Order: sequence, then structure tokens, then C-alpha cells
Amino acid sequence: MSTVISSDTAAEAAEGGGSRGGRTRRGAKGAGRQMHGGKLTYAVLILFTMGSLFPLVWTAIAASRTNTRLAETPPPFWFGGNLFKNLDTAWHDANMGAALLNTTVVAGTIALGTVLFSTIAGFAFAKLRFRFKNLLLMLTIGTMMVPPQLSVVPLYMTIAELEWTDRLQAVILPTLVSAFGVFFMRQYLSQALPTELIEAARMDGASSVRIIWHIVFPTARPAMAVLGMLTFVQAWNDFFWPIIALTQNGNPTVQVALTGLGRGYIPDESVIMAGALLGTLPLLIALLLFGKQIVGGIMQGAVKG
Amino acid sequence: MTRPFGSTAGAAAPPADQGGTAQRPVAKTPDPAGPRRRAWRSRRYRWDIKYSPYAFVAPFFVFFAAFGLFPLLYTGWASLHRVELTDPTHMEWVGMHNYSRLWDDEFFWNALRNTFTIGLMSTVPQLLMALGLAHLLNYRLRGSTFFRVAILTPYATSVAAATLVFVLLFGRDYGMVNWALGLVGIDHIDWQNGSWTSQIAVSSIVVWRWTGYNALIYLAAMQAVPDDLYESAALDGASRWQQFLHVTIPSLRPTILFTVVVSTIGATQLFGEPLLFNGAAGATGGADHQYQTLGLYLYEQGWVNLHLGRASAIAWTMFLILLLIAAVNAVIARRLRKSQ
Repeated sequence: MSTVISSDTAAEAAEGGGSRGGRTRRGAKGAGRQMHGGKLTYAVLILFTMGSLFPLVWTAIAASRTNTRLAETPPPFWFGGNLFKNLDTAWHDANMGAALLNTTVVAGTIALGTVLFSTIAGFAFAKLRFRFKNLLLMLTIGTMMVPPQLSVVPLYMTIAELEWTDRLQAVILPTLVSAFGVFFMRQYLSQALPTELIEAARMDGASSVRIIWHIVFPTARPAMAVLGMLTFVQAWNDFFWPIIALTQNGNPTVQVALTGLGRGYIPDESVIMAGALLGTLPLLIALLLFGKQIVGGIMQGAVKG
Repeated sequence: MTRPFGSTAGAAAPPADQGGTAQRPVAKTPDPAGPRRRAWRSRRYRWDIKYSPYAFVAPFFVFFAAFGLFPLLYTGWASLHRVELTDPTHMEWVGMHNYSRLWDDEFFWNALRNTFTIGLMSTVPQLLMALGLAHLLNYRLRGSTFFRVAILTPYATSVAAATLVFVLLFGRDYGMVNWALGLVGIDHIDWQNGSWTSQIAVSSIVVWRWTGYNALIYLAAMQAVPDDLYESAALDGASRWQQFLHVTIPSLRPTILFTVVVSTIGATQLFGEPLLFNGAAGATGGADHQYQTLGLYLYEQGWVNLHLGRASAIAWTMFLILLLIAAVNAVIARRLRKSQ
């Protein structure tokens, strides 16, 4: 967006058009998508926003009440005074404290690994020449279709054999790389990284490792950040495999602990909601801080993918 | 950490462009160490060009082979055996028995049917709403970033957390939904035990989580539609609605197809929502299996009934269904391309 604007202004300056040129340009954009939203647009958008946020706000409300209050009509619409007590119970009795720590480690490692491996593989696919490149790329894209259900039985047999049940590596290793990540970085680097730059570096005798370190990583940094955030969110919320590999009382991730709560581990709805709140809060804070980048990343991935 | 091997040209890292080029003559001057070292260096250079690409893609493929391809094939192998969770190393060959048993199992067909209906009820409204939402977001708006981030919050909420909240909202006696319906005179609905109502409730969780995400994908595609298409449509006297119908939708066709495929894949694997929608009931998907999906059925067979071989057969059946969907999709995509 900003580049478009700046290049337009530059063109204007070259023409010497000044403010008048700007006006005609804006006038021509009246049709279609660039129109201002009307009142109805805002009304509908606000409705959708409320629909998106309401269940989360209500989670907090329910978490601040007592179990008995939640079993009354009408349901509560405002916060009560029980939030910290419920959070405390969820933290200690439902293992949420350990779960949050575990999930941070798991999601962090997976995000780091995915970004690193995706960037170097994406660079190879985007800019280097080697045999079987297209075949391997097709294979990579093909793997995006394979559902996790297809591998759980052998994976379970493997970790049972290795006695990795309730060990964090059991959920980290299988998702440490991602086909989407490789594809995402490839698309980004084929556009953002000029081939001449690599050739020039080669002329200077730079090795491939050196090119990666000094040229690819700095160029790819914005895309790496976006991929890291998207992967972190995904890993944080990963569900199917963790509930098979980990247990509530052993070494749970947040999702495993929440599943335990949902299955009646603690039969107190307000504590369950406190657990849900604890498990969601870190990502909501991340969204608050990096929302713009995450939105940009999803939209970027969409156009290219 | 990764200090490069070369030392002559190396001290100053070639930062981007001119810096490196300027130093080139220095690097090319004959090496005092003689021809042997030069030969070694050129050989190393050739190796680097030739083999390092493989090293760069290797981590991905090694992990994929170990945790993707091998398990995929081994699941197929295990599906031809009797394997019990209690002793996973003991495998007994049974041929196609697991599959024929599946064919005769009414719960398998039930799960297949549920997966289909829940998939339909979650995918169709989700994508239609996302399309409309994206259209609205594509106007010039005040606070557009706020709206975009706000509709993405459900995406950041995990399946488990979202389902736990929705279970409470859909509660029969004290739930918010029934309370609101009561205001307009509709009697309490048993969202957990009804067959259609429970499927609607499960679908609504999926719709809530993914509408905003898909809207952003559509929005990205809409922003890539060239302006002059709208301008010429406006010159021809097309209203906003006609522009949306005749310019936006056709331009979005590939993206729509893409989201349909992704959502269909997601719907085929639906698992967490039905598992936790009645957590106490376990993996049956409701008292009458009324919202048990294929993913849940697989989990029940494998980790509740402890039949890993049968679970593998279900997994492979799901894979075949996905391949079928992919094939249908490819045919449709080709049709569309031809018609254009």
C-alpha cells in the first residue's frame, strides 16, 4: 500500500502536477472498491466484530463468576469478583501453569525450526539450480494435502517404542518442518531477492552458507517474522496429535489440559472458563501487538498461495 | 556461528551490492599460496554450487520422510493387520479384513454421513459470509485495521477453548443461546442431544473460528482485482451489486476454489469440536453418535477401543476420500479454465 502511494507521488512530482494531479487521480477512483463505506457497511462490520469478540469476552465474564451463578437464568452479562480465585484454581489444579510453559517451549521451538528450515529450503527452490528441483517442489506442495490423521498410528507406535509419551519432543519433532512454510518462503524470495545480487556475491567468492547468512536472511526477515507468527499460532493451537501423545497429568500442552477440563477433570464451569481464558490470552495479546503483521501475513500468503 | 571458510575476500562481508563488487579485483589477484590452493578452492566452489542446494532442502525432506511419508505408508501397512494398542509391536496379518469390517459397520457410514452434513453446514455459510465480509472490508474504511484484527481473533482461539465456551453458550438449561431464543418465544432446545441441533451447534463453532480468516483471504484477492475493470463496469452503468456479481466474483474464482478445497480438507478432518462438544461422553460424538465425525471415529477405534489396525484403515479411507475430492477439484478447475 505505502509503496503504491509513494511511487504515485513520485510520478506526480516528475510531471510537476502538484496537488491538481492528485485530485484528478482520486476522482478517477470513484468506481468500485475504493468507495467509502456507508453507514450500513459500518453497522454490519461492527456486528461481525461483536460476533467475533463476544464469545471471548463472555469467557472472561464466566471465568469471573461462580459455578452456581452460571447455573442460573438469565446468564451473567457483566464481570463478577471471582476471576483470580478461578484463575488460581485452573493454574494449579488443572495443570494450566505447566501447560502454558510447555506450550511456549513447544510452539517456540516449532516456529523457530519451521522458519529456519523453510527459509533455506525456500531459497534453494527460488534461486538455486539443481536436479529434481521441480519434482521435489511438487512433492512439497503435495504434502500440504496430507492430513495428520494419516500418520498418528505409526507415530504413536514410535513414541511408545521410544518411551516418549508425555515428552515434549514427541509433539515438537513431527511438526518441526512445514510444506506451507517452504512454499511461502519460496514465493517471497523469488520476488524479493534479486538474482543478480547472488551472482555478484558468487563472483566475490562467497560460499552458499555465506550468501544465506548475509543476503538471504536479511532479505527474508519480514516474511520470516510473519511465518514465525503464523506457525506459532498454529503450533499453540495444535490439537489432534498432542492429545494422543501427551496426558493431562503428565506433561500437557494447553490444548491437552483444556481437553482434560472439558472431559470433566474439574467439574466447575467457571474454572473451565478460567482455563480457556488462560490458554487463549497469550495469543490474544500477541494478536493485539502484532495484529497488523499477522493480518498482512495471511493476506500475503493468500495471494501467492 | 556460521563463519564462512574463505578468508581472503572475506574479512569485510560483502554487504549487499557495491561494497563487494569493488573488492573483486583484490580477490582475483594470483594467490601467493600457489596453484594447489587455487585448484582446491575452485573445486570447493564447484561442490558448493552443485551440492549445497540439496543440503538446504534436506532438513525439510528428512523430517518429512520421517514424520510424514513413512507414517503415511506404514499406516497403509498397519491397516492390513490386527494391531492392538495394548501391544503395538505385535502385528497379525489380516488382509483386507479391517476394510471389509468398516464397510459393514453402521457407525462408519454414520460418521461419513455426519462428516458430510457438518462439513456442508460449516463450509457453505462460512464462505458466503466471508465473501460478504471481505466485500465490506474492501471499502475505504476508518479503522480498517481494527476490523481486520477483530475478525481474526476467533482464528487465534484454539479449538479446545472455543468449544468449551460454545458448550456453555449452547447449554440446554442455562445457556445464553436458549435464553435469547426464549426471549422470542422459542422453547429450550437440547443442543447436545438433538441430531440436527447438535450438528448445527458443532458447525457454528467451525463457522465462528474460520469466517474471519477466509474473509481476509478473499479481501487479499479482491485488492488484486485491477481498478479499470470496475471503472469500465461503472461506465457501463453497473450498480455496486452488479459490479460485485460480474466483476468481483469472476475475478475471485481461483481463490474461491482454493478456499473451498482448504475448507473441505478441514471439514474432512473435523475432530476437536465434536470431541469436546460433549466432553463427558468421550469420543462417541453424542449419546447416539449423532455428531461423530470420521476423525472422531478413528480416535474412538484407536484410542478408546484400542484397535490401531482398524484406526489405520479409517485413516486410509479418509485419505482416499481426500484424493477423490482433489480429483473432482482438478476437473472443475480445468473446466473453469477452459470456459474462460
